[in-house]
Order: sequence, then structure tokens, then C-alpha cells
Amino acid sequence: MDISLHQLLQQFPQQVVNGLVQGSIYALVALGYTMVYGIMGLINFAHGEVVMIGTLVAITVTGLLAAAGMPVGIAGLCGLVISILSCMAIGWSLERVAYRPLRGSPRLTPLITAIGMSIVLQNLAMILWGRNYMTFPPLLPKVNFEFAGAYFTLVQVVIVLLSALMMSGLVLLVYRTKLGMAMRATAQNPEVASLMGVNINRVISAAFVIGSALAAVAGVMVGSYYEVAHYQMGFVLGLKAFTAAVLGGIGNLVGAMVGGILLGLIEALGAGYIGYFTGDFLGSHYQDIFAFAVLIVVLMFKPSGLFGEKTGDRA
Amino acid sequence: MLEVTGLRVAYGGIQAVRSITFHVNEGETVALIGANGAGKTTTLKAISRMIGIAGGDVHFCGEKIVGIAPHDIIRKGIALVPEGRGVFPRLTVLENLRMGAFLRDDKDGIAADTERMYGYFPRLKERADQLAGTLSGGEQQMLAIARALMSRPKMLLLDEPSMGLAPIMVQKIFEVVRNVAAAGMTILLIEQNAKLALESSQRAYVLESGEITLNGESAALLHDPKVRAAYLGE
Repeated sequence: MDISLHQLLQQFPQQVVNGLVQGSIYALVALGYTMVYGIMGLINFAHGEVVMIGTLVAITVTGLLAAAGMPVGIAGLCGLVISILSCMAIGWSLERVAYRPLRGSPRLTPLITAIGMSIVLQNLAMILWGRNYMTFPPLLPKVNFEFAGAYFTLVQVVIVLLSALMMSGLVLLVYRTKLGMAMRATAQNPEVASLMGVNINRVISAAFVIGSALAAVAGVMVGSYYEVAHYQMGFVLGLKAFTAAVLGGIGNLVGAMVGGILLGLIEALGAGYIGYFTGDFLGSHYQDIFAFAVLIVVLMFKPSGLFGEKTGDRA
Repeated sequence: MLEVTGLRVAYGGIQAVRSITFHVNEGETVALIGANGAGKTTTLKAISRMIGIAGGDVHFCGEKIVGIAPHDIIRKGIALVPEGRGVFPRLTVLENLRMGAFLRDDKDGIAADTERMYGYFPRLKERADQLAGTLSGGEQQMLAIARALMSRPKMLLLDEPSMGLAPIMVQKIFEVVRNVAAAGMTILLIEQNAKLALESSQRAYVLESGEITLNGESAALLHDPKVRAAYLGE
């Protein structure tokens, strides 16, 4: 069956909306990768699992509170807050326990440890929450809007707005506060930053804690968007957010945001149109191909990414 | 004010600094001169806790500073202008100065000191909003010195301030160093340019292969035949 070009064009606004929503989530997660990389040159592969734990904690807390008779909106809000706090604690501990003892060791060592921590967190989640898919309670009323031929739900609107808010907050923090200035200085020259009185350990902890808070918010977003969660959900999401960070130029905050949104759009448009361009040989379930094709292309042709500084050892 | 006794530093079995002893009195400018690889920078790094030491002691204002964390050195009142300047390239000039005042909370005092630095180095004022990485080497050196002064230190450690700079720039930098010293700052100056260092200091130590081989009044060392032969190219 052939779909007309007209129909494809009609679909376009819808794919853009879907891409923006997914991209906002990638951007929030990508920021966590990029902040840690920018400051200590480490790719924290366990970051995707922090997102997963954020989702699962939110499900449990919201479920318990709702069962105790709390209105689901307020229960969801409490779930979000507790999920943020738990993820912050996990991010902090991760750095303290797994990465700090390896400071100054060859770069490959913390990288392998990061993969190890990812496995540990995944298995921990499996033990705590089981192997089954869990349903995420609907936190927001199901309201639909239409704009320029695209339909979207309240959840989608909230996801995009909330990530925009979080990202603006982060930019303000990094560029307008003393902590932010210390973070940037540490990223550029940790030795001299400590001569100025900056406690490098604190700055690194702050990067982990802030990144993990963003991850928790992203986790709750993913949960309420797809309404399911699973102990393995963090892996592919983490890889894609990492791809987004690389696309934007790892170590660069604006890069992570733009890279995230762009990756979301590429995926949505790719998945939406792959059927048409391959004569229905490949369908939209090939969605994941796009993210990793992007990763390969960026690494081959512009490893420093869109906003990255010259390809160096560190951003 | 600064007392270094029997300081030893080793890099993987190689003794970079072998038991050196020297001191800097309050208000004094003391130079540490010597050839490349004599252990000058190593000595400064050891004092400012950027590297560990193998033995010996460092006291500052009567207090032992050997075991403290690197980021606490500036709290004690010691500000280091590192070798190669070490400005933060992607922070603006003003942000670099604010980093120097990182531990201070007195907004008015910081603003006043920023103006004072602009007085020493008018060039920095013109470039306040420029990224430090875009400055010339001399301007970066000015910024590094100004940044160190922003912490209102009791003592300034200068590591090769003349390195890689045009002679006219070196003159300018040293003029400021002498002004700062004249205003009462205690300075430990490390320089390969022995003539400049001896002319800008009251006392000096000569470091050779990690050991102090000579010391005395700078004016006397300037006329010492051994120093003249080894370091002043005669």
C-alpha cells in the first residue's frame, strides 16, 4: 500500500511534537553525562540506571501514597520529590564509593567501573522491584490539545515545559552562581582551581548530585509518558542520552541540550518515515537504529560534536 | 614568615629536591634562582601542596602547613601564581579575578580590589569581559598575578613570571611585582632570569640539582663571580 506524499507531510507536525517530547527527556539525561565528563573526563555509564531507579522509586512511592488515600496528583508530586532525593543520594554515593578511589588511575579503569556499577544498579533494581513490567500510575488528567495538525497530551506539554524550566535553571546555576563558576573553573584546570580554594571533591560531588536530580526528573517523565517501567529500561535510554551528549559535543552543556532535542527529532522523524522510504520493508520498530547511526556518524566525522571544542582529551 | 626545613621531594625514586632549608621574612622579596630542572618549581609546588613531599617541614606564620589540603593553602594566606600562568581560558577576565576571591564573601571589598587590580593592569580593565584564553601571554601573566592578589594573601609565590614573554612585557610585570612588594607584600620569586630576579629581591638562594648551593643578599650575589659565571652569562 502506498501512502501519498500529502499524507506524509500531514504527519510531519505530529512527528515533530513526538520528537520534541522524547528529545527533552534525552536532553535532561544527557546533561548528567556531560557535566560529569566536563569536570572529570569520565563517562558515567551508570547514569542511565539512575534514571531507571528514579522511575521505579516514583512508582513505588506514588503507589503507596495513593493506596493510603492521597489524591493521585499530590501522591505523584511526593513521588517525584522522593525520587529526586533518592537519585541524588545514589549519584553522590556512586562517586564516593566507585569513582573517587580511582581518581588518578588510567582512564579505562573508571570507565570499566562505570559499566560495572551499571550492572550492579540494574541487578539491585531487579531484586527490589522484580523482573516484571510495572505500570506507572497516570499522574495527570488525560487532556488532549491540537495545534497545527498535531495532537498532544497534557503529559507531553508538561514534559517539554518542565525540561525547559530545569535546563534554564541549570544554565543559571552554572553561569550565574559561585558554585557554577567553580564548576567551570574546575573543568578547565582542576589544579589551579584548588589553588583558589575550591574543594575539587565538593565540585565533583555537586556535578553528580545535580546530574542525578535531572535524571530522576527524566525518569518520572519517561514513566508517565510511556506508563510502564522496568529494571532494564535505563540501559538503552542511557546509551541514547550519551549519544545526544556526544552529538552536541560531550562536556558542553548547551551541546547536551541541543543534542538531546535533535536526537529526539531525528528518531521521531526517522521512525515516522522509514516505512515510506523503504517501501514498508522496515517499520517504525527500527526506531533505535537512528540514534546509533547518529552516534557512529558523529564519531566518524566530527568526534568533538556540534558544540565541542577542538578534539582534545577533555572538553 | 615562611620556613622551609629539610624539604625533600621525590618523583618515582628520583630526588628532585634534596633537603633544602630556607626562609622568607615578612615583607621581604626572596628569589630562588637556578637552571632549568634545578627543582625550583617543584619546591613551590611542594609548599603549595600541589605535590606531596618525601620529608622535611614547611611552616607558615609559625603554623605547620605540610599536612593540609591543597585548597586550604590559600586560606592560610599563601597565593601561588603558577608556572605557565594557569588562567581559566574559558572564563572571562573578570570571572578569573572573582575566582581569585573565591573564598571571600565581602562584595564591596572584592569590587574595590578588582578596581585596584585594574589600576595595576589597565589592560585587564579593557578586556574584563573577554575570555582569558584570548589574551596574549603577557596579559595572561598580568591576570594570573592579579587573580592571586584578589585573595588578599599574606604571601605571594611567583613561578617564572617572565617565562615566554617579550622583554617589554617582562619590564611591565616586574614593575608591578616591585610595586606590590613596596606596598608590604612578602614574595617568594622563582626565576630563570637571574639578573632580573636578583635586581627585584633583597635576598636570594641558588638552587642546583635540588640543593641550595649559595645564598645571601641579592646585591652581593649579583657581584659574586660564581653566580655571574653560572647564571649571568659571563
